[in-house]
Amino acid sequence: MKILKLLFASVSTLVFASVVNADSITVVSWGGAYTKSQVEAYHKPWQNKTGNQVVSEDYSGGLAEVKAQVESGNVTWDVVDVELSDALQGCDEGILETIDPSTLPAAPDGTPATKDFMDGALQECAVGNIVWSTIYAYDKTKFSTPPTTMADFFNVEKFPGKRGMRKLGKAMLEMALMGDGVPAEEVYDLLGTEAGVQRAFAKLDTIKDHVVWWEAGAQPPQLLADGEVTMTIVWNGRIFNAIAAEGQPFGLVWDGQVYDLDLFVIPKGSKNKEAALDFIRFSTDTQRLADQASWINYGPVRASSIPLIGSYHSDSSIKMIDHMPTTEAALKNALQNDFEFWADNGEELNERFNAWLAN
Amino acid sequence: MTNKSFVKFENVQKSYDGEVLVVKDLNLEIPKGEFLTMLGPSGSGKTTCLMMLAGFETATHGIISLDGNPINNIPPHKRGIGMVFQNYALFPHMTVYENLSFPLEVRKLSKTVREEKIKLALDMVQMREFGNRRPAQLSGGQQQRIALARSLVFEPDLVLMDEPLGALDKQLREHMQYEIKHLHERLGVTVVYVTHDQSEALTMSDRVAVFNDGVIQQLASPPDLYEQPENAFVAQFIGENNKIMAEVVDVKGSVVTAKTSKGNLLKSKKVNCDEVGSKTTLSIRPERIKVGSKGENTSEAKVLELIYIGDHIRCRMLVEGDENFIVKIPNAKKISDLKIGLKTQVSWSTGDCRALDRLV
Amino acid sequence: MLASQNNNNQKMLTTDGIPLKKKLSKALFRSRLRAFGLVTPLLLLISIGFVFPIIVFLTRGVYNDTFEKYMVNLTPILAEWDGKSEPTEDMYEALVLDLVWLKETKNIGKVASRMNRELSGSRSLFTSSARKAKKLEAPFKESLTKVKKKWAKLETWRAMKVTSQSLSPVFLASALDMKYTAEGTIVQKSPERRIHVKLFIRTLEISLVVVIAGLILGYPVAFLLANLPIRISNLLLILVLLPFWTSLLVRTTAWIAMLQGQGVLNDLFVVFGIATDEDRFTLIYNKAGTLISMTHILLPFMILPIYSVMKTIPPSYVRAAKSMGATNWTAFWRIYFPQTIPGIGAGAILVFILAISFYITPALVGGQDGTMISNFIDYHMRKSLNWSLAAAMGGVLLVIILFLYWIYDRVVGIDNMKLG
Repeated sequence: MKILKLLFASVSTLVFASVVNADSITVVSWGGAYTKSQVEAYHKPWQNKTGNQVVSEDYSGGLAEVKAQVESGNVTWDVVDVELSDALQGCDEGILETIDPSTLPAAPDGTPATKDFMDGALQECAVGNIVWSTIYAYDKTKFSTPPTTMADFFNVEKFPGKRGMRKLGKAMLEMALMGDGVPAEEVYDLLGTEAGVQRAFAKLDTIKDHVVWWEAGAQPPQLLADGEVTMTIVWNGRIFNAIAAEGQPFGLVWDGQVYDLDLFVIPKGSKNKEAALDFIRFSTDTQRLADQASWINYGPVRASSIPLIGSYHSDSSIKMIDHMPTTEAALKNALQNDFEFWADNGEELNERFNAWLAN
Repeated sequence: MTNKSFVKFENVQKSYDGEVLVVKDLNLEIPKGEFLTMLGPSGSGKTTCLMMLAGFETATHGIISLDGNPINNIPPHKRGIGMVFQNYALFPHMTVYENLSFPLEVRKLSKTVREEKIKLALDMVQMREFGNRRPAQLSGGQQQRIALARSLVFEPDLVLMDEPLGALDKQLREHMQYEIKHLHERLGVTVVYVTHDQSEALTMSDRVAVFNDGVIQQLASPPDLYEQPENAFVAQFIGENNKIMAEVVDVKGSVVTAKTSKGNLLKSKKVNCDEVGSKTTLSIRPERIKVGSKGENTSEAKVLELIYIGDHIRCRMLVEGDENFIVKIPNAKKISDLKIGLKTQVSWSTGDCRALDRLV
Repeated sequence: MLASQNNNNQKMLTTDGIPLKKKLSKALFRSRLRAFGLVTPLLLLISIGFVFPIIVFLTRGVYNDTFEKYMVNLTPILAEWDGKSEPTEDMYEALVLDLVWLKETKNIGKVASRMNRELSGSRSLFTSSARKAKKLEAPFKESLTKVKKKWAKLETWRAMKVTSQSLSPVFLASALDMKYTAEGTIVQKSPERRIHVKLFIRTLEISLVVVIAGLILGYPVAFLLANLPIRISNLLLILVLLPFWTSLLVRTTAWIAMLQGQGVLNDLFVVFGIATDEDRFTLIYNKAGTLISMTHILLPFMILPIYSVMKTIPPSYVRAAKSMGATNWTAFWRIYFPQTIPGIGAGAILVFILAISFYITPALVGGQDGTMISNFIDYHMRKSLNWSLAAAMGGVLLVIILFLYWIYDRVVGIDNMKLG
């Protein structure tokens, strides 16, 4: 009898243990220094708090994998870090779970989440996480007078050398217009017209022969480091990492930056929806977002997080707040990506961009 | 001079690895118009000699000359030697006609001349209506004929044949032997033929060079080769042959007396044996032996096996301790009194028995 | 004719009186059945795991029922509309009904994205109108146009008419740089939007150059492999096969390190004075880069079939040719080379078909003029999520390959192909 009891007890512990283990979620993000910041600021504390496991996977953006998983009914991703336009498109196509923003934790001072998050950071199916920016960086060793404006990026006579650009219409067309002297606030109005589109492509034409096109976020810092280009469009976090962590002699220019949001979404049919929701609530609270900012210079989307931003994790002399895309200086001539515009015109403009590239 | 030594090997040696000689000091003269066969077991060096003559192998030492001119340094395509290969080597992507046309085209002959010659060559092998076929559509014998026609179509003075009949069945092979022989007689071309089949060699050749171990063992006409082998290897290699091991006890002129292990004294013709006291191999052809009667040499025998062949009976006997002593008995006499187990005598004349070197 | 007459007049019978043919086919049937039983598992696997999914996916290129499925009221009315006359109140009413229902069932996004592919800007038009649709009152034409002016435009309605046809060549046309209109005609797109035809041509061109380059580089190697002593040729074979054992990605990135502006090759050029430090050759992120790395990656597929065919050609053919008076070159060109054509054919078609659908390498080193059609199929699969267009482009590519295969069969003959 005793043995039977013991056996029963051990079997039930096993079953219990496996139930606990079942709460392991897969969080998918963009890899590199960015994923590292999320692992340190979100994953580890959440695992310690709940005892759940987080499996971290990398991807290079886009909704294809999510769509394939949802359509095949075999959803293995639980939380995905996506760009704003993808969050909207995915929600529209019904491949993402809806997330009720009222369940998100309030700020420490009691401000409800819906007021604390910046504009656009709370969507029907997505919760914002960071502000990131597309800027351009240059190799300090190549220029005696450093470039300062977006127009300088397009001036290959004054600043000779190859340029790195993202092989996508988004942000490149806006930058082309800003480089042509269009003020940030007029960019999308202009880009909505045929004349504006033509003007943007005409500006791109002027440097087409000097461009090396990149697709993955890790490429541009490498292109700069290899000397393949002297200036490149780059995501601000990646280039900061190259400067702060690797000590590369790169400078960056905030003028004409196009900033955007990254958000967390849950693919429809996730097997661990509750745990995934809990992870998102935990990770987007005021303190966690501020913690994340000490690993990489992507700005927190909560207003209440800003005062809590500290210094770089490995070098206390670098005050992270000075490197955020949302500082006053950085925002002087800056453009927020218009997700509605791209949701409507992305298809058309990217098609034209591709045709322009191929011609 | 050149007629007598149209092809000439002088002190030719060949080694592939610098350690072993596959051809050891070859000297050979072939007169114009002769059909010479190089016969020997595989690895005896006969094919290497042929390839050196064709130019596909270079002689390590010595001179090979053709019609009086050394050809060691002349590339194969300038030697003007026709060749038939073991598996015919008919070009599979060309028709029979194109195959025959090829050697004429590379000689830049005009179309009308080519047509004329191809027609003649095809007629020669009775294959006129097969011009448009591909080699794969022909039987083995037909392919063989085309290969023959192709090697002759450009009228070379010398044709080399490397075991050309090896792939054919027995009947066809024999038929082709006669055909090749007749073609040779008709055209008067010099042929060097390589084979390991001794009956083929005997049937076709003017002279046969028996190769073994990189050395010519004997160079002679077929009858001489068969009737008068000069050493035990040739005797054994050409035709069937009974060997009796014995020790020389007396030599008188051309007659050797030798004692077998049973103590029997046998007389034989001195060909290739040493002095008194040395070992010798006595060689007698199976058809030269009489059964049941005494003769110049007589030995006890016991019938072990009888095989009915048709025109003759093969009789395996125990003679002088040798269980493989073969006697061919013509199927003419009354032979029914031969029974397995019968004890009798065999005899032969001294002139038919040759005392040769001791077989190793 | 004669043979069949013969058969009719005197039917061959077996000893038990059953016609011989019948008996034979019965005997053969059983052995056929057994043979069929043996291949059934593989056949099932191929059809379920390969053929069926391909067919299902390709149908997406000509069939998309998103609009028809969700716009249940409007679709039948649109089918009757001529596409030119002013939209009627009935149409507006049906549209509003559908929008309300779509908003409630949260399916508006699907229709909006589908429409947006046909008419840029339709996404916000649909989503924002659906939000307000519930409150709209008759006459709907007026109230809806008040919400968004675009609803009054004929262009919007024509786009809806096109989209409402589930089975239509709209994506196929788009894959060939054309546009399917509401009238059912197909017109060319404006020049600045044309891209696919150019890419199809470029893809064929790159594949062809890769085949030719592979042939020029691979043939001598295959010849060496087939003719060297076995010890050396085995070593060489390992060198040929070595790239097979490294991942495609590694090989491609190795070429980036080799070819880039500051790469090994350009450094050598500078050292030898072929290029100056300021003006280095652009060998990568363009067509040249794609060609160089694809040729290298696909080379083994060219060498191996040629090698295995060469291996079966006995040396006696060339010897025979030489004995007949052919020079080395004539013997090679007229005797040896024609016999290697089956291997060349196999290698060429293998490399060509692999090359035509290459995408990782051109994506990494292709830059702007070295990308291929598969990169755009990939783009529409993963980035724009326009699977219908991807399917249509895939279908066009498949048709092109089959067509070329057919031409190859006519010119060279498939039976002439030998893998060894």
